[in-house]
Amino acid sequence: MRRASHTTWAVCTAAVVLAAAGCGGSGTGAARGSVFSASWSDPQNPLEPANTNEVQGGKVLDMIFRGLKRYDPRTGRAMDMLAQRIDTTDSQHFRITLRDGWTFSNGEKVTARSFVDAWNYGASLKNNQKNAYFFGYIDGYDKVHPESGAQSAGTLSGLKVVDDRTFTVRLNQKFSSFPDTLGYAAFAPLPRAFFTDHAAWLAKPVGNGPYTIDSYTRGFQMALRKWGAYPGADKARNDGVNLMVYTDNNTAYTDLLAGNLDLVDDVPAAQLKNVRSDLDGRYINSPAGIIQTLAFPYYDKDWSRPGAEKVRTGLSMAINRRQITETIFRNTRTPATDWTSPVLGAEGGHQAGLCGRACDYDPAGARKLVQEGGGLPGGQVTITYNADSGSHREWVDAVCNSINNALGNDKACIGNPVGTFADFRNQIGRHRMTGPFRSGWQMDYPLIQNFLQPLYYTNASSNDGKWSDKGFDRLVDRANAETDTRRSVATFQQAERVVRDQMAAVPLWYQNGSAGYSQRLSHVALNPFSVPVYNEIKAG
Amino acid sequence: MPEQHEPDGAVSAAGMGGAMDLAAAEAATLERTPGGPGGAGPRGRPRSLWSDAWRDLRRNPVFLGSALVILFLVLISLWPSLITSGNPLTCDLAKAQEGSQPGHPFGFDGQGCDVYTRTVYGARASVTVGVCATLGVAVLGSVLGGLAGFFGGLGDAVLSRLTDVFFAIPVVLGGLVLLSVVTSNTVWPVVGFMVLLGWPQISRIARGAVITARQNDYVQAARALGASPARILLRHIAPNAVAPVIVVATIALGTYIALEATLSYLGVGLKPPSVSWGIDISAASPYIRNAPHALLWPSGALAITVLAFIMLGDAVRDALDPRLR
Amino acid sequence: MGRYVVRRLLQMIPVFVGATLLIFLMVNVMGDPVAGLCGERQCDPATAARLKRDLGLDKPVWQQYLTYMGKVFTGDFGTAFNGQPVTELMATAFPVTVRLTIVAILFEVVVGIALGVLTGLRRGRPVDTGVLLATLVVISVPTFVTGLLLQLLLGVAWGWIRPSVSPAAAFGELIVPGLVLASVSLAYVTRLTRTSLAENRRSDYVRTAIAKGLPPHRVITRHLLRNSLIPVVTFIGADIGALMGGAIVTERIFNIHGVGYQLYQGIVRQNTQTVVGFVTVLVLVFLIANLLVDLLYAVLDPRIRYA
Repeated sequence: MRRASHTTWAVCTAAVVLAAAGCGGSGTGAARGSVFSASWSDPQNPLEPANTNEVQGGKVLDMIFRGLKRYDPRTGRAMDMLAQRIDTTDSQHFRITLRDGWTFSNGEKVTARSFVDAWNYGASLKNNQKNAYFFGYIDGYDKVHPESGAQSAGTLSGLKVVDDRTFTVRLNQKFSSFPDTLGYAAFAPLPRAFFTDHAAWLAKPVGNGPYTIDSYTRGFQMALRKWGAYPGADKARNDGVNLMVYTDNNTAYTDLLAGNLDLVDDVPAAQLKNVRSDLDGRYINSPAGIIQTLAFPYYDKDWSRPGAEKVRTGLSMAINRRQITETIFRNTRTPATDWTSPVLGAEGGHQAGLCGRACDYDPAGARKLVQEGGGLPGGQVTITYNADSGSHREWVDAVCNSINNALGNDKACIGNPVGTFADFRNQIGRHRMTGPFRSGWQMDYPLIQNFLQPLYYTNASSNDGKWSDKGFDRLVDRANAETDTRRSVATFQQAERVVRDQMAAVPLWYQNGSAGYSQRLSHVALNPFSVPVYNEIKAG
Repeated sequence: MPEQHEPDGAVSAAGMGGAMDLAAAEAATLERTPGGPGGAGPRGRPRSLWSDAWRDLRRNPVFLGSALVILFLVLISLWPSLITSGNPLTCDLAKAQEGSQPGHPFGFDGQGCDVYTRTVYGARASVTVGVCATLGVAVLGSVLGGLAGFFGGLGDAVLSRLTDVFFAIPVVLGGLVLLSVVTSNTVWPVVGFMVLLGWPQISRIARGAVITARQNDYVQAARALGASPARILLRHIAPNAVAPVIVVATIALGTYIALEATLSYLGVGLKPPSVSWGIDISAASPYIRNAPHALLWPSGALAITVLAFIMLGDAVRDALDPRLR
Repeated sequence: MGRYVVRRLLQMIPVFVGATLLIFLMVNVMGDPVAGLCGERQCDPATAARLKRDLGLDKPVWQQYLTYMGKVFTGDFGTAFNGQPVTELMATAFPVTVRLTIVAILFEVVVGIALGVLTGLRRGRPVDTGVLLATLVVISVPTFVTGLLLQLLLGVAWGWIRPSVSPAAAFGELIVPGLVLASVSLAYVTRLTRTSLAENRRSDYVRTAIAKGLPPHRVITRHLLRNSLIPVVTFIGADIGALMGGAIVTERIFNIHGVGYQLYQGIVRQNTQTVVGFVTVLVLVFLIANLLVDLLYAVLDPRIRYA
């Protein structure tokens, strides 16, 4: 009798626990017709255009928005999209005229106001938009987004709506390539619904791109469907895309092998050796506007003293880039020979071989230079990186082994992992680095300016090592003010040579985008931002 | 919390009769086996359980075999150069993932390091982490769990709830928080971390085992005869509650060595240039399809170590069980 | 008995407060989460300051904690960095993980105890050695590798299962992930059962039962097994919570959007609200599991009583 009561109690408590397991999830939308599925992971921020600073959110924005300009998926060149013309005489005052006939997928017309409102929203401090600084060139930015204190204006004084199809932009300085930056997602137009019912818009964003969002289950999947009435020339050639959220890129890859997924745009490093045989050639590996470098802490006198540039150059020469990109990355990276990216093309300012001998593997030269420069500070360098994403550990270990072998000292270089990206950024922000650290740069727009100014200009937002050179700054200012594109690019290249001579950062390699796809798909390509060109894919 | 069925008065009543002959009580419970030919204990004093166990162990081939393996592991941990002349930090990327070849019997890993040399050198960190963390966890866990299970009451309640809290701390969070502030690149912070987060597991097991053992007739008898709580715990309960602790601890030894890999993977465990099986196993794991050998050897070394300790634990446990004699 | 359970439930309150405070402090020690929000660049100082104010990070820690707890009692667990309410994350993650845990526990109970009985009764025989070797493999090969290999073999090479679990995550899909998740614990349960059984086989009550002429299966199930299960039950009880929160690797491999995955994301992004919310629920799970185990002690060993 007594025992029975014990059992009852135990069973009762167990029942409470089990009850929690009852409810199930929702079903998956199976891909039908020429709808295909592609791998995705959760965007880190709400899907607002000016608040999306990583590639996963960027993928969606690229499908549901079209801006004034669009970067050609092949050449990366900024082409007019909604802009009929962008006129300027002085590189500071711009008059933008829109093409007629564009609407949002909810029927609302895209007008000059759609842009001006969107840009004002993105710039305004109170909206916490992480890409607000993109509007920093527009006059009045310091009023709507002061560095400290409250904002004294709600809208940018440099933006004026002239009529439905025209607006003017006044910049606070000359910036000749300003029109070419307008393909960036932050400059997308926004419909009224974004402002009037923000929560509903976020739950199911509405834009003016070739796709519309059919359904969005956060954390699981987003179903995008072709927008039949899309007015642009780049209509979707498939009926839609189901973006499936994967916890891990390797799982997505395995699902592709098993036939449950059509497109994987991030082939895991461990599968690169067998990817060609696994997928029977349905694999692409194409250059993207990403460069990996080693940055240095110039706030540390060991790295800013005269002669340290020889040590930095010596380290650069001690890294066998070719071997590492072939062995560790299986040619999904290309040894870097300048500080930009091949996707710019020679015309855009990429100059292969600019780095010269300093980027060639030369153990003897490396030893000599390090010695001439006064040796490694403290006899050892540590390369700091974050261990929570990418396969950083592998290449840092390989770089260190290469340096150790070249310098003939098995403890000359050691990797220093930091647990999380946030902590890594924290330590960088608080100037805690004592040696080189990982620095990766994915371009916002395909301009040489974007590879140099944010990274090396005095106190620029991504100048993590606090490198500063007056000559470099002057050249960048001059290049920005230059109205002739070719002369502007040439001046930027002159500035890049300053970076080279000082070895401000050691260029490692250019990163490619890689993707694998199923037999159903054809015409798969990646754009220079390593995002699949979804609208051109044909699904069988 | 579970409490003794009979009134607490029993303990104090027994306590008053503390002058009773304890040896007799022990003889009643433990000396079931007739004194064997090797009965070396001094005359007049009963042989202790522990010395009995030791006598058994010395003749047990399983014990001797596993002790030999462990001795070997200790030797190469102290002097890895006894069996390899290589340097675990000398790696040539050109040889990455290559298989076995003369002079390099185990082949090369993804960085082109010699797997044999690294496996030998990895023993030191891995065996130290495994053994020290296990010892720490076992001692702390069984002492706390044993006391809680034996005495019950408020102490038990507090300790049990404390283990609930500790169990709930995710290892990843604990590691990132507690180990990221440590700058020392030795195994000790890692060991300390494992002990801190690992003791509740053993504590639970020990508490449960003690609660069961406490009910046994011979414990009641010893208590009635006035044995002190310390004596009851050590002489009568511990030997009967130690089995599950040994089982869990010997398996945990392997999981601690593996956990060290997880911590290294998170960037908070052992950092380069440290060499350990865990680091090598986690580095080789994703490449299982291309270079299984780089995973096989450090994993094999880990398996042999765990096997030796499991067999050792089994032998010790058998030796401590008077009913098996 | 009833009073005992009530007392145990009351004890949960201080534990709940202590655990949330502890986790809250731990996440805070990790530093400034805003630093990681702007990608490879410094957040501009004005936006960073505003984000901090919105997240309440500009206040002292004790004040943050009180504000947080105040909200928790009204059912508001805050929002994740992507703007999703934490309660919504929990509502999708916990049911999936509970199902996964049930599958894993079933494996532990059914397979683990069966193997334990088998090896305990056949000590030293080939079957015992075989299980020991399997145990060693499970311990020394990382879950990551076992999971990956099973996924490749069953999912791609033989096509028996889908390599990834669908958002619905039905029980049927969770069998293989559950097995992978349970594998290390299976080793523990098997060996614990084996040892316990071997010890108790020589007990007087078993001898008595055999002497009484009871059939062997009855001796094993009614007398031997029941008394041998206390350490096993203790272990499994403690394992429930560990399986729920610690399924990070398994959930990642099989694309299960459960507690382990969300917790890991929260930790890596230093999202206090997500981490504290999930861990708080896990603490409750531990408390209930532990209560169950203590109640089971009395079922298994009638000599144990509650006051």
